Amino acid sequence: MRLAFFGGIYNNHLALATAIADARSRGVDAMWCLGDLGAFGPHPDRTCELIRENNISVVQGNYDHSIGHGLNDCHCGYTDPRDNHFAQLSYDYTLAHTSDDHRAWMRSLPAQQRLEINGLRLLLCHGSPRRTNEFLWESTTNTQFLARLCDDFECDVILGTHTGLHWTRSSDTGSGVFFRPPSPIHQVKLNDGGLKKTPDPFAFINVGVLGRPENDGTTNVWYTLLRTGNDVRGGRSPLPWEVEFVPLAYDHEQLAREMQDERLPDEFIETILTGWWTTCLEVLPSKERTRGRW
Amino acid sequence: MNVTEQRLPIIELGSLDELWFQVAGTRCNLTCSHCFISCSPHNDSFGFLSFAEVERRLLEAVEWGVKEFYFTGGEPFLNPELVAILERTLDFGPATVLTNGTVLKPEWLDRLRAAEQGSLYSLEFRVSIDGPTPELNDPIRGPRTFERALHGVELLVQFGFLPIITMARVWDESQDAEILGRFRAVLHLHGYDRPRLKVLPRLLLGAEAKRTCGYSASDRVTAEMLVGYDTTQLVCQHSRVITDRGIAVCPILIDSPDAILGHTLHDATRGFAVTHGACATCYQYGAICTNPSSRSPDAHVRTIDRT
Repeated sequence: MRLAFFGGIYNNHLALATAIADARSRGVDAMWCLGDLGAFGPHPDRTCELIRENNISVVQGNYDHSIGHGLNDCHCGYTDPRDNHFAQLSYDYTLAHTSDDHRAWMRSLPAQQRLEINGLRLLLCHGSPRRTNEFLWESTTNTQFLARLCDDFECDVILGTHTGLHWTRSSDTGSGVFFRPPSPIHQVKLNDGGLKKTPDPFAFINVGVLGRPENDGTTNVWYTLLRTGNDVRGGRSPLPWEVEFVPLAYDHEQLAREMQDERLPDEFIETILTGWWTTCLEVLPSKERTRGRW
Repeated sequence: MNVTEQRLPIIELGSLDELWFQVAGTRCNLTCSHCFISCSPHNDSFGFLSFAEVERRLLEAVEWGVKEFYFTGGEPFLNPELVAILERTLDFGPATVLTNGTVLKPEWLDRLRAAEQGSLYSLEFRVSIDGPTPELNDPIRGPRTFERALHGVELLVQFGFLPIITMARVWDESQDAEILGRFRAVLHLHGYDRPRLKVLPRLLLGAEAKRTCGYSASDRVTAEMLVGYDTTQLVCQHSRVITDRGIAVCPILIDSPDAILGHTLHDATRGFAVTHGACATCYQYGAICTNPSSRSPDAHVRTIDRT
């Protein structure tokens, strides 16, 4: 099987349309979106229409939950007043420009989705399986913790988004210190009790986002292809799946023009045109923050 | 179980996400007048943790799937093994060290820079400075500590770190925006062009209880207040602290006898009655000990009725 996973769209309907065409050209069997359809960009309804017209299944993100229920803010999980200021601007814009029909549809979206494909148990979520708006950053999430999540939620692969940065870690590529016993606190949940001497392979995949570039000075955005079964192309990975992060160029200058026409903040437009984040930076851990310009 | 026990506000350990190390015990080169565990050059209530002890606990933590490791004191860099301890920790996961920034040496930072670059994980420095001027900071932290801590920040920036400047709110909460703005300007002048700032509420324990006032009897969390409350906001729901006297429930209460829960992680997983005044501060503000990247305060943290 070949599956395409799109992370936060953030109203970037131009990137979404390009991603759908790109994924189709690669012969994917299905497309999924892991939530946060709104925020940041222009014309929220255009994103919703594209998602629904193309039968893309969606997991509800914190943004979709908030917009769907008409809450006061996005519950993105920011801590800094400046971050919250900009988050509120895009939230108010998105709420005001999302139709009632799309909002009702957002309310109906599932918070998680489980898939069983080629014997693999996939868990699709937005932030983490235990909290929709939990940030799982590459540099602050260790391999043992990911193993525990897979044990606790009885799955082999967890897919999420929310942070805006794609990354993956598996039992094959983790840190030098690793083994995968059932953690004592949850041992009671397991039937076999003792330590597993031959750990089952597992992975966490942050699929990236289509909504804005990745704070690396390039204007492209990212989505993720997952291959399983006979579609695994082989090579070095001994894992029964294969992850490919796809950089996607789209008409970002047209997006910037639309954002200007909608009077969205100059700071957001700068990010689209330069590839550097200018807002919502204070939640980044040091490694991720150091890689950016601001 | 009698009626009184039933009404205790017990918080169970939901998920052991963070393991703290009281790595310098209560020994500090400074004697801050607001320190909630009264650290000083002469406070030996808690001792240093050795490299071997920390490593043993890191291995124990693997089994638990602990996500992050925090190092505090006292002043962690008084522990002569700290650099080696942090280097080893970065094999296991992300590390955060809470320092006053006044004793940092370039050769240590050189090693730690290399250790972080060779690791999957972040090494965070949280540097305590209580305000953007010596006039605000020094009466609390001691003469010339503002200047010395800023020198430490300059060193960290020179070595490529982005320290989180952590301040106890020794001003009125309504002044937060103004103080933070002034702090950013000062840090820019010292070469730190993208400062990261974290404000902590004061904890009315230890030296701070003598400096201002302690908690009143009404500053308490009750079982009723926990109904509908997101208990993941409380440190004791997701953390434990390794000290040389046992494993404590949280970094704030180590001086309280009931806060030492046992000597193995397994012993220390039992629930804790959040009956201290500081528990009310934790309840009110949420996520006060962890880094902003790891756990954000709930948008709807509760206020304490102080009537």
